[in-house]
Amino acid sequence: MGSTITEKILAAHAGVDSVSPGEIIMCKVDLAMANDVTAPPAADAFARMEVGRVWDAAKIALVASHFAPAKDIASAGLLSRMRQFAQQHGIEHYFEAGRGGIEHILLPEEALVIPGDVVIGADSHSCTYGALGCFSTGVGSTDLAAVWATGEIWLRVPESMRIEYTGRPGPWVVGKDLILTVIAEIGDDGARYMAMEHTGEAIGHLSMDSRLTLTNMAIEAGAKSGIIPADETTIGYVSGRQQEMGRQRDMQVFASDETAAYARELTIDVDAIEPMVARPSLPSLSVPVTEVSGTRVDQVFIGSCTNARIEDLRIAAHVLGDHQIAKHVRVMVIPATQRVWQQANAEGLLDRFAAAGCAVSTPTCGACLGAHMGVLGPGEVCVSTSNRNYVGRMGDPTADVYLANPAVAMATAVAGEIAHPAEVQPVAPAERGVLVGG
Amino acid sequence: MGKAWRYGDNVDTDVIIPARYLTTTDPGDLASHALEDLDPSFAAQVKPGDVVVAGDNFGCGSSREHAAICLKAAGVSAVVAGSFARIFFRNAINTGLPILECPEAVRDISNGDEVEVDLEHGVVVNVTRGQEYQAEPLPEFVMDIVRAGGLVGWVKQRVAAS
Ligand code: SF4
Repeated sequence: MGSTITEKILAAHAGVDSVSPGEIIMCKVDLAMANDVTAPPAADAFARMEVGRVWDAAKIALVASHFAPAKDIASAGLLSRMRQFAQQHGIEHYFEAGRGGIEHILLPEEALVIPGDVVIGADSHSCTYGALGCFSTGVGSTDLAAVWATGEIWLRVPESMRIEYTGRPGPWVVGKDLILTVIAEIGDDGARYMAMEHTGEAIGHLSMDSRLTLTNMAIEAGAKSGIIPADETTIGYVSGRQQEMGRQRDMQVFASDETAAYARELTIDVDAIEPMVARPSLPSLSVPVTEVSGTRVDQVFIGSCTNARIEDLRIAAHVLGDHQIAKHVRVMVIPATQRVWQQANAEGLLDRFAAAGCAVSTPTCGACLGAHMGVLGPGEVCVSTSNRNYVGRMGDPTADVYLANPAVAMATAVAGEIAHPAEVQPVAPAERGVLVGG
Repeated sequence: MGKAWRYGDNVDTDVIIPARYLTTTDPGDLASHALEDLDPSFAAQVKPGDVVVAGDNFGCGSSREHAAICLKAAGVSAVVAGSFARIFFRNAINTGLPILECPEAVRDISNGDEVEVDLEHGVVVNVTRGQEYQAEPLPEFVMDIVRAGGLVGWVKQRVAAS
């Protein structure tokens, strides 16, 4: 019997010929990431492990993202504990506000994660990096501290779920709509403990940005990881990033064998997918946007590690066109990284958002987790391009969060109620030269 | 032994410990807000030894270890669930919060029942109803971490041995 891409990467990092689902292995780690919420407890656990030095200061990334720039005195304390740890251990890949952003968009940009890697992040959305054809998963702080101490992690080899996407995404359909469709079908724990392997011709039509959205939300289906085998799009993207960053490491391109075994196989007809909206308060409560259109909103948030890349901002700006946002709506636009911010600025997108009445912020997770920059009050309704609409996620527990792609979010901002982008902007994106869905 | 606090499916880490409290890492502070957005009475009324009993996918969502830590610091002696989200599962084992997967026990336990949990043998006893359940045993590898008192102790042992 053959192996899946996930099994092959894990076997290579465990120093064995092959591994099987259910087996517990010790795996070498290529990059260990933590942020301002998870690094301080990890530093405490690391100190209690009494090993002294970290295993490899060049393979650790620390990113100020969640409460950065510090939202209050307590979060300033967390940020400075992370900075002290970085200084004490000579951590090279340490990213302050103004030089980083949200880790899951930052690390691929920085060429710190590449095909074939094993990446462990103390953040649940560390599954995002799988879009580059690597194995990548989220853990808690103590697990991460153990990686800092030893360079290894214990893993139970996951079963794999294979999702084949047929067809081609229509206008306004991006990676977000594909993953919301899958989660609506399999449920919030439909892929629990599994590796979600995304394949099929429709994936070939997706841009790198859209693919990163697809793997970002593996955790919302309970998966351990999401993975997309590297193809020309991936290799072109990674080579470009490596060149710009001056970081050269050899990519290892793995692919599943035809005889590999899957715990579940699923086919998704992408031609039939419409822009999707997840109703409160679970990602699985996703329906086509037309089923919830007309829902009045108080806030629109365009940001987060799910949808705040440059493509997302281009789409949002395209839908916005020359419109103004609705009077009763507050719109937060938060580019995910400094680089995305600068690019959006250079293209005039930030100006356009600001002129239409949006609040534009420096990169941060911010509103996504109800931390700052757009916390919801009692009973408020928000459309968010992020990944979680749980009770209390973005602020008051009585607030309602709907998840959507950036086109739907901006259409909603203009209409003042949940709207299909075609309703506010009749020109399909392809005709205006903006790539949507590939 | 303790009283069961019974909840449903998909109890996520945002309701176990909302992000607004993540600016602290103090277990006692975290415990005072445990489960606040799901059950505002929990933190004030939970007694040492009490057991959280919930449906499927307990602890889904964020990787915040604060979720396991706040329950342990609140005095919760174990969480019994139909199933656990994987990061919460690891965090609980790593930080020494006993957890057991036992859908049958979950089905029969009502809020307020007296429940006893034996982690080593994977047994859940509903004292109120006189019923006993055998939970899914933890893999031997994972029990080693539990016996070392959590991952910190386990790493220390490994480093010392190498
Ligand atoms: S943007 Fe949101 S989901 Fe992504 S890492 Fe930050 S808090 Fe987590």
